[in-house]
Amino acid sequence: MTPYEAFVSFYTIVRKDMVRILRIWPQTFLPSIVTSVLYFLIFGTVLGSRIGSFGEIPFIEFVIPGLIMLAVVTNSFSNVAFVVFASKFFARNIDELLVSPTPPWVIVAGFIAAGVVRGVIVGLLVLGVSIPFAGLHIDNFLIVILFLFLTSTALALGGLLNGVHAQSIDGINIIPTFVLTPLVYLGGVFYSVEVLPEFWQPITLANPLFYIVDGFRNGMLGIADTSIWVSVGVLLTLTTVLALFAWYEIRAGLRLKQ
Amino acid sequence: MAPAKGLDGTAWRQKPTQAGDPAALSISDLRKVYSNGTEALRGVSLEMPAGDFLALLGPNGAGKTTIIGIVTGLVNKTSGKASVFGDDIDRHPQTARRHIGVVPQELNFNIFEKVFDIVVNQAGYYGIPRRTAMPLAEQLLEQLGLHDKRNDVSRTLSGGMKRRLMIARALIHRPRLLVLDEPTAGVDVKLRRGMWDFLMQLTGGGTTILLTTHYLEEAEKLCRHIAIINRGEIVAAGTVRDILSRLHTEIVVLDLTEERADSAREALNDYQPRIVDSTTVEIEIDGGGTVGRAITRLENAGIGVRMARSKAGRLEEVFMRLTTNNSADK
Repeated sequence: MTPYEAFVSFYTIVRKDMVRILRIWPQTFLPSIVTSVLYFLIFGTVLGSRIGSFGEIPFIEFVIPGLIMLAVVTNSFSNVAFVVFASKFFARNIDELLVSPTPPWVIVAGFIAAGVVRGVIVGLLVLGVSIPFAGLHIDNFLIVILFLFLTSTALALGGLLNGVHAQSIDGINIIPTFVLTPLVYLGGVFYSVEVLPEFWQPITLANPLFYIVDGFRNGMLGIADTSIWVSVGVLLTLTTVLALFAWYEIRAGLRLKQ
Repeated sequence: MAPAKGLDGTAWRQKPTQAGDPAALSISDLRKVYSNGTEALRGVSLEMPAGDFLALLGPNGAGKTTIIGIVTGLVNKTSGKASVFGDDIDRHPQTARRHIGVVPQELNFNIFEKVFDIVVNQAGYYGIPRRTAMPLAEQLLEQLGLHDKRNDVSRTLSGGMKRRLMIARALIHRPRLLVLDEPTAGVDVKLRRGMWDFLMQLTGGGTTILLTTHYLEEAEKLCRHIAIINRGEIVAAGTVRDILSRLHTEIVVLDLTEERADSAREALNDYQPRIVDSTTVEIEIDGGGTVGRAITRLENAGIGVRMARSKAGRLEEVFMRLTTNNSADK
């Protein structure tokens, strides 16, 4: 395939999924917005004033970056996990791609790009609905964009691997519900690692999703528990490792070919 | 037979085959053992010249779909080699796949997608941009009688329409080799005959076609070559005539000019005659006999013969003999 043909194939994969995402927007965009608004109401209006603040940052502002990341993480992961699983398990229309000359890396890139677009759109929508509650504070625009992009890429890659290996519809729901969401919550959405007992601090630092929340908060509020370079390094390493696994699995056709 | 309405394959012409062109499909010692231990292919070798129309016949589980899966990239082979128009499927998988259009046995498109989008998106996977693919898709859907349905969601199509949609999808990048895995299974007679005409037009335009089917009449009517596979091995391959010559006897149907089937049976009693109706008799011609002798004998008895023809379905007899004997040997 020439680079132009590879681009056409990539564009086709992304466009097809974007048409789907937009067609079923009440399922793809609305749940995260509704959940986030509930969080903002509870932590901003009901509990926020009683909890107080982290330093000079009101509690509602402190939790917003983590809740945006929670939406980005679950949406980018679930999008790719569902698309890959459904296309291999229900209609078998993954075969449309597998019989074509589209190279494996283009297939991976196409699925991931669609997941990134959904993750970023949802992240921006949640950011938008947070404005009436806490205003808009962005300390470093580039860091915010970088973390939106890297986070959704890493999680979309994770979703692809999950979709490839899942043997039933439960298989693509277990990880977002029982692994990712708890890891984001325990990754410092509602607290700084400094307030944790000494025993729990290294455990939190071993959670990769902590660096996602911490780095994004750094970009939005200018406060962080770790260096931004450590967070970027962890995220880049995670993305690279997952990308290599995803490329290998699509190339070999693991669980996709017989 | 007139082409069925809406099925027109004449526009899909390929570059004429030249002497020295590589084989459309070359398979050598192909083996496949599935993870559950099933040995689906036991060293299959097959050569299909460019422009050929070959039927791959075999009972269920013989290995037909596995061969197609390996060639099209949906099944990983255990060992052996395969190439498509000279492009090895291992060394040049992308080029090899570009030559192939595949119509699978099972429906495998997104039932929530529109008909037109399914075809145009498939073009995209072959690097054909939408603006180029859209008029091609319009044309193909017109030729396959689906133009009126192009904006419908695919799940609303009838079974026959879904099959035609898969053919349109397989042809959108103008493949040189079209692979059809039981395309007429479960399709009504009218549509099946329409598909036959469409395939004949395609092969007439230079497209090489590999067909698997359970309808032996289909293979006998459409194909130039036949390969019979049983238990993962090719048990016979050659032209239709070669395969049929394996029969030592041939059933011939005689249409008489008068209603004298009873008299004809008496006159031909050593040909194992069977009365079909009052003007039609079937006889068996063995290797040493000719139809001419039987007709001469009838004429000597004052019985006229309007027409003599071979009985369709002879291939079924060869198929049964080869696959039954082969199975018995195991």
